Amino acid sequence: MSATGYPIRQATTGEIAGILIAGASILPLIMIAALTTDPGYAFHVSLGVVAAAITIFLIANRCFSGQPGNPPQEIDGKPNYNMGPVKFGTVAAMFWGIAGFTVGLVIALQLAFPALNFDLPWTNFGRLRPLHTSAVIFAFGGNVLLATSFYVVQRTSRARLAGELAPWFVILGYNLFIVIAGTGYLLGITQGKEYAEPEWYADLWLTIVWVVYLLVFLLTLAKRKEPHIYVANWFYLGFILTIAVLHIGNNLNVPVSIFSPKSYVLWSGVQDAMFQWWYGHNAVGFFLTAGFLAIMYYFVPKRAERPVYSYRLSIIHFWALIFLYIWAGPHHLHYTALPDWAQTLGMTFSIMLWMPSWGGMINGLMTLSGAWDKLRTDPVLRMMVVSLAFYGMSTFEGPLMSIKAVNSLSHYTDWTIGHVHSGALGWVAYISFGAIYCLVPWLWNRKGLYSLKLVNWHFWVSTLGIVLYISAMWVSGIMQGLMWRAYTSLGFLEYSFIETVAAMKPYYVIRAMGGGLFLAGALIMVFNLWMTVRHGAESAPEAETQPKLQPQLVPAV
Amino acid sequence: MDSKHIQDVDAVTGISTTGHEWDGIKELNTPLPRWWLSLFYVTIVWSFGYWIVYPAWPLVSDATRGVIGYASRLTIKEDLAALTKQRAAQASGLTDATLEQIKSDPAMFRIAMAQGKAAFGDNCAACHGVGGGGAKGYPNLNDDDWLWGGSLDAIHTTLENGIRVAGNNDTRISQMPAFGRDGVLKRDEITAVASHVRGLAGLSQEPKADKALGAKLFQENCAACHGDGGKGNKELGAPNLTDAISLYGMDMASLTETIANSRNGVMPAWGQRLDPVTIKALTVYVHSLGGGQ
Repeated sequence: MSATGYPIRQATTGEIAGILIAGASILPLIMIAALTTDPGYAFHVSLGVVAAAITIFLIANRCFSGQPGNPPQEIDGKPNYNMGPVKFGTVAAMFWGIAGFTVGLVIALQLAFPALNFDLPWTNFGRLRPLHTSAVIFAFGGNVLLATSFYVVQRTSRARLAGELAPWFVILGYNLFIVIAGTGYLLGITQGKEYAEPEWYADLWLTIVWVVYLLVFLLTLAKRKEPHIYVANWFYLGFILTIAVLHIGNNLNVPVSIFSPKSYVLWSGVQDAMFQWWYGHNAVGFFLTAGFLAIMYYFVPKRAERPVYSYRLSIIHFWALIFLYIWAGPHHLHYTALPDWAQTLGMTFSIMLWMPSWGGMINGLMTLSGAWDKLRTDPVLRMMVVSLAFYGMSTFEGPLMSIKAVNSLSHYTDWTIGHVHSGALGWVAYISFGAIYCLVPWLWNRKGLYSLKLVNWHFWVSTLGIVLYISAMWVSGIMQGLMWRAYTSLGFLEYSFIETVAAMKPYYVIRAMGGGLFLAGALIMVFNLWMTVRHGAESAPEAETQPKLQPQLVPAV
Repeated sequence: MDSKHIQDVDAVTGISTTGHEWDGIKELNTPLPRWWLSLFYVTIVWSFGYWIVYPAWPLVSDATRGVIGYASRLTIKEDLAALTKQRAAQASGLTDATLEQIKSDPAMFRIAMAQGKAAFGDNCAACHGVGGGGAKGYPNLNDDDWLWGGSLDAIHTTLENGIRVAGNNDTRISQMPAFGRDGVLKRDEITAVASHVRGLAGLSQEPKADKALGAKLFQENCAACHGDGGKGNKELGAPNLTDAISLYGMDMASLTETIANSRNGVMPAWGQRLDPVTIKALTVYVHSLGGGQ
């Protein structure tokens, strides 16, 4: 849309409100930045000032460039989808993905070769590790979830996203949170809770963004043109709602002062630990499982061009998953100060969670019945199917590891790292890759991907990487656990701690090689997507996005 | 679309759909897989059973205890008691025996070695290496070159009281001056002394260094502790400079650093951290590593 020839239009109420809020925040933020004694905090508050200024510019630019303030909901009877935020989220996901995988590779190498921390505070393992986990889970995974949820909710509701500025606020505000969180770790700002490291001001910001996200999602559903809400949207909604509860619950902190990045949590000791792992485990359950199952429920049947295997299974496993997952957190605190009864509940609910988790796998895999032959020709579909296999494997391994007897061997060892990565690399990343491979040609109106051959390369290179990674961690983890607990016949520990560390070095090297292959695969993907967007042939509108309807309709006899 | 009256049947599976469609996606009305449902029930029934047997549900001021009276604190108490009992039975000899007796009695020696190895791994290996091989600044315990003496008693004293531990009257203490930092020797004088020390160990000397000056300065500043010939003095922890073994290196750069700024490494007083039997076991273990005297 060119600016020339269009008159400057009147700003909408939302645009005026946005400019006013951003404008009003600038002066207080500058004051805080000027008065704080913490340079890292001053940097973050300054980022806020810059973000507010950019907000004002972007909103004003909409008015000056002649973009309509309230675009039509439908054009020629077809929904006028709002795909801008989806595109942004897709690009951001790939950017953060590469960043997160790279940092993961660096810290994997640091474990094998500690000199690689270069003796600098910003690059030591303690700061880079949360940078890695947050970058892959919240930055990569989060942007995939935001992008796909905005895409899927529009397509399956046949409705334009609710709000015009709100979806942009969500996607840009979320990425601002990521920048604050990530730079904070490097500068040493952390509340020291795993997967909840950002301090109080970043938490508050995310809360605002997340509530707007929930509202955009709900209001889009509310104006849907379909009589029923599609199953993917149940999962997205479950994910958004529960993450809001978890995030607020685990971050009930009191800041030392508005001029300090430091805060203290409301409770202490084992209550804090229990809250932390209620949060931590359900970050896995609702962020990395429910959210990505939503992706699966849209992209697998879409790509396979087959109906979802079982509606009933989707209902039962959805509610069972939602109900049971929230109890499973205490299995992270087996054999600690946590009371035995809580440990028991954590363990038994984890066991009961096994089948509800597998319900998603069954529904995904069996959706391919009648389309299995496509696995030979379509590496994107193959990637998603393999992701379901990894999902099934790690959701079997999880309940297994939650059993106290198994946990007494596996806890605190690399086995846990292997388990997490079979889920993270195999399930979360692969279903995300599959979804993005589908999305990019759809969003940029391309006939298809630049090269399926490169997808194939990506698939095999990264699958080899995952296999190296998780098998190295299984071996080193179980070895580590067995060495820790080995007693001599005289009742003394067989191995010193340092001997167990030395024994793991070869596996650390293999793990880093696996991580390197996984990163190489992702780089192939970025190249492929870039070429698709830049040089791919344009498709006729809606041709790619509306596959022939299956199943064929036959009247019942 | 009027889906209520036409039942959609999927041609591939022969199963009807629910009649809804979202963006081209339909859902089959397949019943729940029987095996899936059965396994789900099994896990639920198993959980109920587990709740009966083990502590499970919180009550107002307590929780259900479970029928077998399990408590993880009890279990660990029993495990620890069993281990303590086993070790006490073994260690009873070690408590009263002298170091010489432990060394000469095969049964006691075996236990001391086992305990010593475990204690060494968790307390000493971080600096001295798993095999006691040492590193720069951390003595090798496998050779017979001892700073503070390699007899059983000497090792025991060193372990018990540490090296240069503030506030410990029996600690091993000596302090080589920082000849450069304290302004005792100038740069070229330090070079001369360093070169002379290399000569004592039979190593090539620095060509630019003043040999006579080095010998003179060594006599004036170093010989009091290290001896005229540089043979060292274990009473003072002054190392023998004539052998090839060196804690901080015998190259010119390392020697210059040592003379200019001094080193004065420390070791904790393990008597404050470990029980007497463990110290004894460690003594025997270190003594047996290869260089015991």
